[in-house]
Amino acid sequence: MIELNNVSKTYGAGHDAVHALKGVNLAIPKGAIHGVIGLSGAGKSTLIRCVNLLERPTQGTVTVDGQEITRLSNTALNQARHRIGMIFQHFNLLTTRNVFDNVALPLELMGQPRRDIRERVSPLLEMVGLSDKADQFPAQLSGGQKQRVAIARALASNPRVLLCDEATSALDPQTTSSILELLRDINHQLGITILLITHEMEVVKSICHRVGLISNGELVEDAEVGDFFTAPRTQLGRDFLNDFLQLSPPKELLERLSDNLDANAHPVVRLTFSGDAVSTPLISRLARDCGVDVSILQAKVESIQERTLGLMIAELLGTSEQTQAAMDYLADHQLQVEVLGYVQRND
Amino acid sequence: MSSAMIELILQATLDTLYMVGISGVISTLLGLPLGVMLYVTRPRQILAKPLLNHALGIVTNIGRSIPFIILMVAIIPFTRMLVGTSIGINAASVPLTIAAIPFVARLIEGALNELSPGLIEAAQAMGATPWQIITKVLIPEARGGIITGLTITLVTLVSYSAMAGAVGGGGLGDLGIRYGYNRFNPTIMLITVVVLVVMVQGFQSLGDYLVRKTDRK
Repeated sequence: MIELNNVSKTYGAGHDAVHALKGVNLAIPKGAIHGVIGLSGAGKSTLIRCVNLLERPTQGTVTVDGQEITRLSNTALNQARHRIGMIFQHFNLLTTRNVFDNVALPLELMGQPRRDIRERVSPLLEMVGLSDKADQFPAQLSGGQKQRVAIARALASNPRVLLCDEATSALDPQTTSSILELLRDINHQLGITILLITHEMEVVKSICHRVGLISNGELVEDAEVGDFFTAPRTQLGRDFLNDFLQLSPPKELLERLSDNLDANAHPVVRLTFSGDAVSTPLISRLARDCGVDVSILQAKVESIQERTLGLMIAELLGTSEQTQAAMDYLADHQLQVEVLGYVQRND
Repeated sequence: MSSAMIELILQATLDTLYMVGISGVISTLLGLPLGVMLYVTRPRQILAKPLLNHALGIVTNIGRSIPFIILMVAIIPFTRMLVGTSIGINAASVPLTIAAIPFVARLIEGALNELSPGLIEAAQAMGATPWQIITKVLIPEARGGIITGLTITLVTLVSYSAMAGAVGGGGLGDLGIRYGYNRFNPTIMLITVVVLVVMVQGFQSLGDYLVRKTDRK
């Protein structure tokens, strides 16, 4: 449904040139919810704006619903944009129009008669749960309600694609989840393809099917959400994940950690397990089969859509042969084992 | 005070209102599109034409920098061509209008500049043409700032029209100079000033009321 082919965007020229996007390839199938995550300044905004040509790529092609957007004339582009809805972080509603007239705007722009507009707007307001607010002005609404109006407005022209530019970044967590739920319903009921950009893993986790990770203008990962959360391939991906899981060793332990591996040192490891490993009683087997005691320092289990992801930081107590055997054992059972460092034995 | 005096003051008030009204309406009709042009032709704007924008900016600045009293005298041939005379309220309305056009344009440009760029982006994403963005988004959304700008223009025109009176333009300024100053009649001078103050106050209150009424923020 959305296809980006070798898309690059450069601002300025010569020494001052800023490469916002570098040869990005992305293919999003019909009906998918695709997330793109990245730090600010990584190129997320430019990427999403290249899909409806609010930013024109310096290089490469963009295809939406079989139509090569990058080749269209201005008139044809405006027609194509009726099929691409967009919502924004700061909603961008017209302050001088009430809720009804805001939602009616795209239809007015298409030159639809007033009667058809009325018939189209009312069910949209019902869908986003704002039928009783039709006569209110944006200033009278909460952030979540404003974004609902923006969603209704974006859907008015019956688009095939919905672009969400940090759509929940200005909202509190509770409102965020209600907006995400609405987006999921829309995707489900209307079969609309959604591309969203965000810096929040929570958003990706709760509604995306696939996720891309953008760094410095490049798409460095592109994976199923389950895979991304259980086994990110890049350091940046792992940073995002750890940040999201808020799992890092306690400070006092970090201070005691060293790289020194001697006979009196215990390894402290971060274990990531997913799939079958989650339901296997690995820790007790470790004790039994390898003779290693496990002291759990931190643990967390997350459910990522239909997959379960477990994370644990643990100290392995035993001789260095025993702990090495234990780590091999865990690796054999599809766990990711990362040695964070060693602590000296106290006894 | 004689009834003749009262009649004089009434007539002068109407003359001032006439000059301010004519020049206010025409300068809005011409200044509004110029202000919009100044805004939308800026670099990276919806109708970016940097060269045209630069040229319009220079013309506007020239119009803004000529002192009104000099402009009034300088364009006398043009005024004669347009209304057939260089004295009277019709003649005074010509330089008033010319002076007000760039003034209005810059105030409109300023009002548009206050809008969030996100609004234009949203409209573009909806497939709006530049004309639709101007008529359905920019002008309606900036209407509070536009009304404020037009109020400032009217108030400025009242004071300029008094200046026009000094060189035979008619109206309250003319009355004040001829009767109040030249004939040493402090009562007339005082009344002239009071009427001008009331007039300015009235325009300002009307403008504030309209802004309040249209404000949705």
